Amino acid sequence: MRDKVLIGYGQGFWGDSILGPVRLVREGPLDYLALDYLAEVTMSIMQKLKGRNPKAGYATDFVAMLDRTLPDITKKGIKVIANAGGVNPEGCLQAVLELARKKGIKGLKVGIIDGDDILTRIPELLKSGHSLKNMDDGRPLADVQSRLLSANVYIGAFAVAECLAAGAQIVIGGRLTDPALVAGPMIHEFGWSPTDWHKLAAGTMAGHIAECGPQCTGGNYTGWREVQDFVRIGYPIIEASPDGTFVVTKHEGTGGLVTRNTVVSQLLYEMGDPRRYLGPDCTADFTSAKVEEIGKDRVRLSGIQGAPATPTYKVSLSYQNGFKTAGQLTIAGPDAVAKAKLCADIVFGRLAFDGCTFAEHEKLIEIVGAGVCHDGILATADPAEVVLRLGVKCDDEDKVDRFGMEIVPLVTSGPPGVTGYAGGRPKATDIVGYWPALLDKTQVTTRVRVEVS
Amino acid sequence: MAKVKLKEFAFARSGDKGDGSNVGIFVTNAKDYELIKAQLTVARVKQHFHAICKGEVTRFEAPNLLALNFLLRDSLGGGGSESLKTDAQGKTHGLGLLEMEVDR
Repeated sequence: MRDKVLIGYGQGFWGDSILGPVRLVREGPLDYLALDYLAEVTMSIMQKLKGRNPKAGYATDFVAMLDRTLPDITKKGIKVIANAGGVNPEGCLQAVLELARKKGIKGLKVGIIDGDDILTRIPELLKSGHSLKNMDDGRPLADVQSRLLSANVYIGAFAVAECLAAGAQIVIGGRLTDPALVAGPMIHEFGWSPTDWHKLAAGTMAGHIAECGPQCTGGNYTGWREVQDFVRIGYPIIEASPDGTFVVTKHEGTGGLVTRNTVVSQLLYEMGDPRRYLGPDCTADFTSAKVEEIGKDRVRLSGIQGAPATPTYKVSLSYQNGFKTAGQLTIAGPDAVAKAKLCADIVFGRLAFDGCTFAEHEKLIEIVGAGVCHDGILATADPAEVVLRLGVKCDDEDKVDRFGMEIVPLVTSGPPGVTGYAGGRPKATDIVGYWPALLDKTQVTTRVRVEVS
Repeated sequence: MAKVKLKEFAFARSGDKGDGSNVGIFVTNAKDYELIKAQLTVARVKQHFHAICKGEVTRFEAPNLLALNFLLRDSLGGGGSESLKTDAQGKTHGLGLLEMEVDR
């Protein structure tokens, strides 16, 4: 058994910079490269793409990233763990194999994990008594069943470890949890068992710290003046040990910083009850960790306590929930705020005149530059200009499009100083509703398969 | 005792949790931790975010991190992809909390 494993996290979401993984494989030692490509909304977009083309529905960015990094990855023997499979891990597998062949790389072992996509199983699950009710508000799934777009179970780290044990150098999953991308390699390397709750909690916590990439190395840090060289900010590396302690660090010479403060900042990101961080493999107690700076850009976490996982998996479902759009204009001063308010009244007044009305909760009026983000906390007196953002949402697509036609005309028919209307008419887009639910673990079986280029 | 903004000595991070946001805040020494525990009550935080948070506020403590975590329900105008707001994910709520004034 190795006594130290280096796991880098190169992608925090679909759309993150390709420089993350490219630099992690190039700028220093690395054993594993973990990459997250999914968010709740992503799954519904991928189902739509797959509906149009059975070969689509995965993160094509992942293949583009491998196109740049595969030679280094194979030369250095770095293993890659990604949830890039989206709703079509098989399609992603074939694209990666084709890329390897194109590059003349023979013998590359690529594995997939599936079983997380339960969209087609929903009727059967409901019939057999699994209600999948909304875990936030208790509504029954029947309320939205006809409008479902995607349904994926959050799969844990043991499926990743199984795929690695089957010999894969590239592991492609669907809806794997973000922390599983980090905890999976630890289970595989150190032989942790499903009842090693404390170690699994440590793996989960390490994954939570790394899962947004540079958000633990100086990105989005409220002490931002301390951060040197944002341009070459280092992506995080977890230096894992068999006993569950780990060090958060980054490659030498990269920008950003790793301190107790940058790590604690990220520990608090999207946190609920810190004593009970629920995951598919364990329940982690974030209040048990000892966090110490042990060197420059090195923060060690130890003493992490865990408890058994719950008997259910979390399921992320999405559904069509109406239409929305938003558009914006720039309003120059003097009196920018007063004119922006007038402009909003004019737009909704003209729509009402034409018989198109919206309820208060369907409308958005934001005067950006006059205290939108810190509404009620910070006010700005008489800004030189503001951006007026207007938006609507409702079930009627035509009404949303009608709204979109009434913004640009303000340039010639409102108060003076209205500009910045580039982009033209905003159009109606789908609102994707999010539906979190729980499902008994006995109902989910994951499968792994490895193919060789 | 002086009136001081939290941003002078504390750090924060926020993000979305369903239709609400979480705001984590932490300090760097035990004395300041006692201060924020005593002064950052649920009522005070709810009042601070009165124009943003339409729901309940819950507070959790993480003494090992010298941190408090607040959940602000109904603070995103619907949340996630349903919201029309500029900050649909509560990314800036942490900075908003750091603008609060405390006695230090």
